[in-house]
Amino acid sequence: MASPRRSEGISKLTGRERYVDDLAIDGCWWGMTARSPAPRGRIREIRFGKGVDWSEFVVVDHRDIPGPNEVRLIELDQPVLAADRVRHVHEAVVLVAHPSREMCRRAIREIEIVVDREPPALDFRVTPSPDQIQYADDNVLKHLRIEKGDVERALAGAAHVVEEVYETGAQEHVYLETQGMLAWEDDGVVTVSGSMQCPYYVLNALIHALGRDEKQVRVVQTPTGGGFGGKEDYPSNIALHAALLALKAKHPVKIIYDRGEDLAATTKRHPSLVRHRTGVDSEGRLVAQDIEMILDGGAYVTLSPVVLSRGIIHAAGPYACDNVRIVGRAVMTNSVPFGAFRGFGAPQSLFACERQMDRVARAASLSPAEIRRRNLIRDGQTTSTSQRIDDGTDRLAVLDAALRRSDYDAKREAHRSFNASHPYLRRGMGLASFYHGAGFTGGGEVYLASTQHVAGLPDGRVEVRSASTEIGQGTRTIFATIAASRLGLDESDIVIAEPDTSRVPNSGPTVASRTAMVVGHLLELACDDLRRTLGLPKDAPGDAVRAAIIARLASHPSEELVGKARYKAPPGIQWDEQTYKGDAYGTFAWATYVAEVEVDLRMFETRVIAFDAVQEIGKVLNETLARGQIQGGVVQAIGWALTEDFVWKDGAMANAQLTNYIIPSACDVPPIGVEFLENPYPHGAMGAKGIGELPMDGPAPAICNAVADALGVEPTTIPLTPERLMDLMTEAGVA
Amino acid sequence: MKLLTPGTVPEATAMLRDSGGRAKPIAGATDVFVHWPVRVPADDEIFIDLSGLAELRPHRWTDDELILGALTTYWDVITDPRAAEEFAILVQAARTVGSIQIQTRGTWAGNIANASPAADGVPALMARDAVVELTSAEGVEQVPLDAFYLGYKRFVMKPDQLITAIRLPRRPHHFESFIKVGTRRAQAITKVGVAIAHSDAGWRIVANSMAPTVRRCRALEEALDDQAPLRSPNDFTPLLTRDLAPIDDIRSTAAYRLGVLARVLYHELAPVCGSVGPSGAAS
Repeated sequence: MASPRRSEGISKLTGRERYVDDLAIDGCWWGMTARSPAPRGRIREIRFGKGVDWSEFVVVDHRDIPGPNEVRLIELDQPVLAADRVRHVHEAVVLVAHPSREMCRRAIREIEIVVDREPPALDFRVTPSPDQIQYADDNVLKHLRIEKGDVERALAGAAHVVEEVYETGAQEHVYLETQGMLAWEDDGVVTVSGSMQCPYYVLNALIHALGRDEKQVRVVQTPTGGGFGGKEDYPSNIALHAALLALKAKHPVKIIYDRGEDLAATTKRHPSLVRHRTGVDSEGRLVAQDIEMILDGGAYVTLSPVVLSRGIIHAAGPYACDNVRIVGRAVMTNSVPFGAFRGFGAPQSLFACERQMDRVARAASLSPAEIRRRNLIRDGQTTSTSQRIDDGTDRLAVLDAALRRSDYDAKREAHRSFNASHPYLRRGMGLASFYHGAGFTGGGEVYLASTQHVAGLPDGRVEVRSASTEIGQGTRTIFATIAASRLGLDESDIVIAEPDTSRVPNSGPTVASRTAMVVGHLLELACDDLRRTLGLPKDAPGDAVRAAIIARLASHPSEELVGKARYKAPPGIQWDEQTYKGDAYGTFAWATYVAEVEVDLRMFETRVIAFDAVQEIGKVLNETLARGQIQGGVVQAIGWALTEDFVWKDGAMANAQLTNYIIPSACDVPPIGVEFLENPYPHGAMGAKGIGELPMDGPAPAICNAVADALGVEPTTIPLTPERLMDLMTEAGVA
Repeated sequence: MKLLTPGTVPEATAMLRDSGGRAKPIAGATDVFVHWPVRVPADDEIFIDLSGLAELRPHRWTDDELILGALTTYWDVITDPRAAEEFAILVQAARTVGSIQIQTRGTWAGNIANASPAADGVPALMARDAVVELTSAEGVEQVPLDAFYLGYKRFVMKPDQLITAIRLPRRPHHFESFIKVGTRRAQAITKVGVAIAHSDAGWRIVANSMAPTVRRCRALEEALDDQAPLRSPNDFTPLLTRDLAPIDDIRSTAAYRLGVLARVLYHELAPVCGSVGPSGAAS
């Protein structure tokens, strides 16, 4: 059966979709931001130059904030606008608004923010000196620890112990649509409309800093051109900026970042350093995993504690091992705050884990496939948090499917003779086995207690009311499929409500691969509730549902006919936040990816020439969208692995242009084979598990493992740029 | 900002003269728009839009020359089968410029006048002994392209002169090759680039992104003309550093640039040039 088409697909394809920058509003002014020139210091003075007529502008600084000068998130440490001190380059200090965008640009060039510099902490890997301490007494934003068994004793008895340190760089989301927000006040209600993943995060931030109650604010998501986590927390900042300008200007105000500003000022993936000490017995079975993970958190807490949490929980990989110790810390630095990015800490820790498994394989004289085969978790065994895996998924079958699909063994053999004869090309195969927990970590979903509504419409159709947003991944299409399937209706009978906090309930944020699995399941339960409200039995066919809706609303026209559901943890889920023990996630998706690379030794360029992605994801809800998620994630991960290098200066991005921050072009991407195995998850919509983040986890280690296979050197740091590979080969004496 | 739109070459050169050298001629405007709108032109900046000068668009073949007009685009050359036959190196270079969209707007003359050390069109032109025709209200002057640049973004062309043609001698070549090492396979700025051409006039090795200007590697050219033995990439390095001065910047490092240029040249020349050592000594 062909997958249902995405309802907004044609308007996106033909350029008719109206993003926030396309919305023409009468009397709208433009807003723009003046930013810190220094990574750390006291603001001594703000100078306004003579190049523009300031009487034409509205200028906002921290004194214009009605409520607390805090962006509400996990902690309240980040100011909406810096008041007396700055903690990173490009931190927002002053806002201007004017009817002309060009005049705003000129005004920003006329503003000089004079900062008395203080010593910044710029390298998260080194212990800060006393004068660099800015958070607690050690600049550590969060400490976390997982412990299972006795690591030291097991290491002492291991046949082989392998130690290595791995590092990963920052990454920019490069959503096609840059950040943008439009705000206005109408009848005492401040409405903010724009590009975002999480309308209720923005709403809560507005309530807090504007000092308003929830009836005086409203947030509407506009069609959003990609998010990848970059529009999880940052939209709260820019929404507040637009709202402050609109309130003071008494005009609607629109802030649209151009690409350079977006690259320089918004959040990125956390850089990481991960240390592994791994012990195996004489047969290559894991006996001990000793892991330390350090994340660069940047200037404010933002989401670093939960990124660290997901990072360490995934750090031991999808393997059974009785003795595991994982310590993690997120460290404050005077860089732009690092935030959510597809994978949320897991790509970093799994890069280290899966590179380390290849090292361990060589120490134990096993092939990369065999070391994984021996150690992949079997039903009845436990993860590092002592979560018992008992889902019936055949993880060896996932591995075998990937090996078969990629023709792994035959190609490896062929590459050996190719490499022996070619003057400068070297080919190799690499694989990575991994898992990704879907939904919020630990007790997160219980804490969120998300709600989801469906409403009957007078014509018998059903409206899905959700704060889960369409950000290019297909939420609207999936929700239509789920609701139609549950109610026995056609997808064309389902209407998806605009995510407007005055109309849709808080279904939680659109993050953590949770939309299809967690919120989709709530949608099913809300459909059941609607049917119950209509007095229909559980197996009532769609025609009966439609007729009952029409009849009820005809006889009770003033009533709302709404089915509701609220999250409850699946039975048997236990999590202890104190000891980090128990069921970290309701379920995991399982995968093995294979990369085939060709390295050109003339210029040390690594090219991925073939890629295969095999995963068990519960149930495929829409083949086209699922394939797109996997292929898109693989491409994004190829960029992170090979080319997306940050050049840092003073904690700021020195290469904040797409000419110099290098994402892959279509020419840099190989054919990507995708295969799904299905083992339905009883608590996900139609059996689905989350897949949004999964494809970000495997490609980087698979690619670097393939480079190791091709060249006999061990890359430990990504991006593996040609310059870095040249240095690595020179150090190894093989260049 | 002011935009002038001449209809003839004399009108254009008169505008250049009358602006006191401040006006900047533009053709495809692909370099102007790179930084738009973040670095917008100053209020008093003047652009002369050459796109109305139809006579500057076509390229022409004479008995002994290929003459590119000032408005001839990369795409014009890519799509001319004769160019593919006689000036394959130009076609090769043109295909590495930006994207197809840029190739259809960007001009060879603009590539010369923008004077970027990373220009991809210039090395191929220089390797084929291009001569630049400069026209001003005072008259016409011919300057060999390899004598055009004086330093970073500096050249012999005077502010009142306009590039009106690029003349390339038609000459049989024994070997030619263009290698671009970019940051990715399309839409990339060159980190290391080189155009190699060999005819009865001798070797031409022209590098881009290796010095403040696109530059001929004359020491290496002489060594090749003299059939000096070059048996490994390391043998190329001292010859290259006589003419080139690569730097560290946000795109790459000096060490990478020099090392990779030596390796690329070695592997390109090994199969075609008897004096270069056996190809087995590769990596």
